[in-house]
Amino acid sequence: MDFVITTEQLSKTFGAFKAVDAISFEVAQGEIFGFLGANGAGKTTALKMLTGLLSPSSGKATVASFDVWRQPEQVKRRIGYMSQKFSLYEDLSVRENIRFYGGIYGLKRADIAAKTADLLQKLELEPYADQLVAGLPLGWRQKLAFSVALLHEPRIVFLDEPTSGVDPLTRRQFWDLIYEAAHEGVTLMVTTHYMDEAEYCDRVSIMVDGKIQALDTPRNMKKAFGAEDMDEVFRKLARGQA
Amino acid sequence: MPTSSISVQQISKAYGALQAVREVSFEVQAGEIFGLIGPDGAGKTTLFRILTSLLLPDGGKASVDGLDVVRDYRALRQRIGYMPGRFSLYQDLSVEENLGFFANVFGAHIRDNYELIRDIYVQLEPFKDRRAGALSGGMKQKLALCCALIHRPRVLFLDEPGTGVDPVSRKEFWDMLRRLRRAEITILVSTAYMDEAELCDRVALMQKGEILAIDTPQGITRSYRRPLFAVRSADMYRLIRELRSLEGADCYAFGEFAHLSMAAAPAAGADKSPAAAMSGIRAFLELHGHTDIEVLPVEATVEDSFIELMKN
Repeated sequence: MDFVITTEQLSKTFGAFKAVDAISFEVAQGEIFGFLGANGAGKTTALKMLTGLLSPSSGKATVASFDVWRQPEQVKRRIGYMSQKFSLYEDLSVRENIRFYGGIYGLKRADIAAKTADLLQKLELEPYADQLVAGLPLGWRQKLAFSVALLHEPRIVFLDEPTSGVDPLTRRQFWDLIYEAAHEGVTLMVTTHYMDEAEYCDRVSIMVDGKIQALDTPRNMKKAFGAEDMDEVFRKLARGQA
Repeated sequence: MPTSSISVQQISKAYGALQAVREVSFEVQAGEIFGLIGPDGAGKTTLFRILTSLLLPDGGKASVDGLDVVRDYRALRQRIGYMPGRFSLYQDLSVEENLGFFANVFGAHIRDNYELIRDIYVQLEPFKDRRAGALSGGMKQKLALCCALIHRPRVLFLDEPGTGVDPVSRKEFWDMLRRLRRAEITILVSTAYMDEAELCDRVALMQKGEILAIDTPQGITRSYRRPLFAVRSADMYRLIRELRSLEGADCYAFGEFAHLSMAAAPAAGADKSPAAAMSGIRAFLELHGHTDIEVLPVEATVEDSFIELMKN
């Protein structure tokens, strides 16, 4: 099988604190992988290592076949990233944001123009192309941010709480885009605090105290924990956490 | 006559061209847990700021604990506790110092009201010397709640206490709120998590500055009229797209299943029983080559109702 992410005993320590404690897992191409855990469980630290922003203390990880420790710049070029907190520049227009990110990822001018036209049409944003992103409804902004993260055709996109605070209808429309991208072979690694969204993932891992305590399909995980839904699995696993 | 603890009448507020809140009215009874449920941009925070006297409305009237939010703002501020959406504590003060500071501002003593916060504060006590900025998300939230309660307010305003907080901490937080009812404190809480609606006594569903519905959570879900089914197969991506093509149907991901809501009125003369609809859905999916098909009738949740109301 073609793995887009592999980690072996990946660890990160800050002084005496083991933020990420020897995690090992693989994510296959085209998979929607839910990366869950309580606040402080180590998800953000793990994501920073996988996106080449933080070097591991020990262990190994590859993303799109590049070593995150030795080749972080190669990794960065092949991944997309989107979060609720940071994605687009609000003081730039829709068109300017697309051009800016296209430039950052080194796309040619002609490619940027063609992709801009495609994207505006697909998202039905043509009438708003020259409006500032700040004035767009949150749901539109989110869809635009996701599309921009896909602009340079990365093999994997990291989505860090992409739907936090979004209305239920827009949240579904956003998941339609995630499904579609996966269908086209893009790998998606998603963090979320909505446990119903955990169920939309092909497989899910749950981190507790820096370790991956469970990793399986949502269905098998519920069976293993005798739980009705992922919310219950999560509570059972993370119980006793501060 | 039951007295309203919070009374909101035709309140409006605009920021330039943006109408943040549009003629909103609702009443909250003393001791109730009342939820404002809606996404970002629904107007929840604007309403909170008006009700806590931090922002003047453009129109309408509102009172809290019998005090007008504009005229009686000084007296009002003594009687309310407010936990804003963003972390509001002093990051450089310790847990204990934060609590002491908030008590002091209101001229209250921690020991007088300790009973009220004891359940919550005992969990923080091991960390009482830690800087607030160094606490985990769940712990920060608990400390913020203690600080909002330490002067024993009559009405508590909690603006999105669950945002960015993991499900375990969120559940613990709601357990704490329910225990606060014994102290007869009225609670107005906002959230973008639809599942939290079911933990409130009554809720107002909000969208773009307006209220879509006000009722008990049970009342909200009872008013959902369309036949609703949970459907799954081995290929969910295709399943959702194909079911959407059915006449009058809507289909969206819902946990492990997709929810399929059918047209309210089936064609005249058609068999209207759920069993007939279910075998119809199954036949449709088999025809499209799906495997591992499951079709079940389900009751609507608040989230289904919200989606339905948004479309109208």
